[in-house]
Amino acid sequence: MSDDYLIKADGIEVSIGGRRILSHADARVGAGEIVTLIGPNGAGKTTLLRVMLGLMSADRGTVQRRAELTIGYMPQKLVLDPALPLTVNGFLGLGIPRGDTGHGRRLAVLDEVGAGLVADSPIGDISGGEMQRVLMARALLREPDLLVLDEPVQGVDVVGQADLYALIRHIRDDRGCAVLMVSHDLHVVMAATDRVICLNQHVCCAGHPETVSRHPEFVSMFGENVAAELAVYHHRHDHDHDVHGDVVPHHDHDHDHEDYSHG
Amino acid sequence: MDDFLIRAGIAGLLVAALAGPLGAFVVWRRMAYFGATLSHSALLGIALGLLMGVAPLFGVVAVGIVVALMLGFGNRGGKAGVLSEDTLLGIMAHGTLAVGLVVISFMDDVRFGLMGYLFGDILAVGTGDLYVLFGGSVVVLLALAVLWRPLLAATVNEELARVEGVPVAAVRIGYMVLLAVTVALAMKIVGILLVTSLLIIPAAAARWHSRTPEQMAVLAALVGGVSVLGGLAASYIVDTPSGPSIVVVALVLFVLARAMATVTR
Repeated sequence: MSDDYLIKADGIEVSIGGRRILSHADARVGAGEIVTLIGPNGAGKTTLLRVMLGLMSADRGTVQRRAELTIGYMPQKLVLDPALPLTVNGFLGLGIPRGDTGHGRRLAVLDEVGAGLVADSPIGDISGGEMQRVLMARALLREPDLLVLDEPVQGVDVVGQADLYALIRHIRDDRGCAVLMVSHDLHVVMAATDRVICLNQHVCCAGHPETVSRHPEFVSMFGENVAAELAVYHHRHDHDHDVHGDVVPHHDHDHDHEDYSHG
Repeated sequence: MDDFLIRAGIAGLLVAALAGPLGAFVVWRRMAYFGATLSHSALLGIALGLLMGVAPLFGVVAVGIVVALMLGFGNRGGKAGVLSEDTLLGIMAHGTLAVGLVVISFMDDVRFGLMGYLFGDILAVGTGDLYVLFGGSVVVLLALAVLWRPLLAATVNEELARVEGVPVAAVRIGYMVLLAVTVALAMKIVGILLVTSLLIIPAAAARWHSRTPEQMAVLAALVGGVSVLGGLAASYIVDTPSGPSIVVVALVLFVLARAMATVTR
């Protein structure tokens, strides 16, 4: 892969309270690319994201951003204190610079993410799925080069999840912005991603979803069944079946993933 | 009408105009105890002001800003991080109040109206006080207008605001300093022990009848203004203590606002 990146993290090390969260973690996002960080709970996915966003400092390692990179950030969840009266419209206005807060533009972006109907609702009255879309609208209003999403489908039902991932893809295709997201929901996310970074304190493997799903470390992390299921899901004709009908990967497939040394 | 009553009314309305929007942020950011800590520390400020021969108001502002900065910067990680904000505020509030009382007890030569500072003495507001109050109010409200959007963004969600480029820490400390100045200015009206109520009660009453933060801030100022005038009237007519009377009127308005919210729903 070329050196043309929007954001790049190298050799990130983070310990919290004596516990190692990340060691030698690397990640980079190129223009227009959808990159997903996956890994088990406690693997440090959100930590890596927070370091890359500058919300947290790393003990070691560097984060480089392209000059004047505009980031749209969608946090995992946003709990608003009910004592603060705020409409969806007012909430959206807070994310963009003063004087650039045209009502029409806000409505257009709300429509784009499929939440046009809640524009004037108090933010406490909308559903979890609507909230995710409103958060996405706020990120998009900044016209970001990079959209960063932390578990974008949390608290959304299965149908809604597929819709949201479709929306993320659609936004990328439409606007050409890159997407970096965290997810532990393997099935849906793998289909909507260009490149997967599989994290468990360090980067176990990274590359195209189908390649990663056959990587030995991925298989040992998520188990044979999940890995096999994903391989089937993404790559029906690229594997063999053994005599019991179980899936076995090809032995001669071409790797296009990057190998990482384990620290 | 008597001059002192007109001065008292103007002073009270100025303080209500400040306490409305600043108090709304106290309610949104759950800083009621911080407000109480600031006002308790005011007694130490008064004592130090008297000791050094400057106006007590400046002592109060100085101590309030020091307290705000200590809490704004001091409680960050490390060994100190094991104690909760709540505990630190409790120590600070009553520690400064006690030190203030002890310092004052040494000052036999000062004719000192402790009750006036504790419960307010709005009827004793002089013309000079009014100028100071007016100037202070204008400065605080202008600063708040500048701070409004970033402060609101940081109040809604600090991390989102940070990623979007808001200097969250600076904005928070700026607000704490404004609050310290407001407490110092309001002290004369309702007194150290009741200042927090003027910040919280009108804002809370306004909540049920507001759809936007701006509406809530303005409505809180109005509720505060009515409380001040109502309390003054009661104090003048029935000869009740002015500070507590203002708070009692605010309390009645709060209950009415709550009842109206139930009825209209």
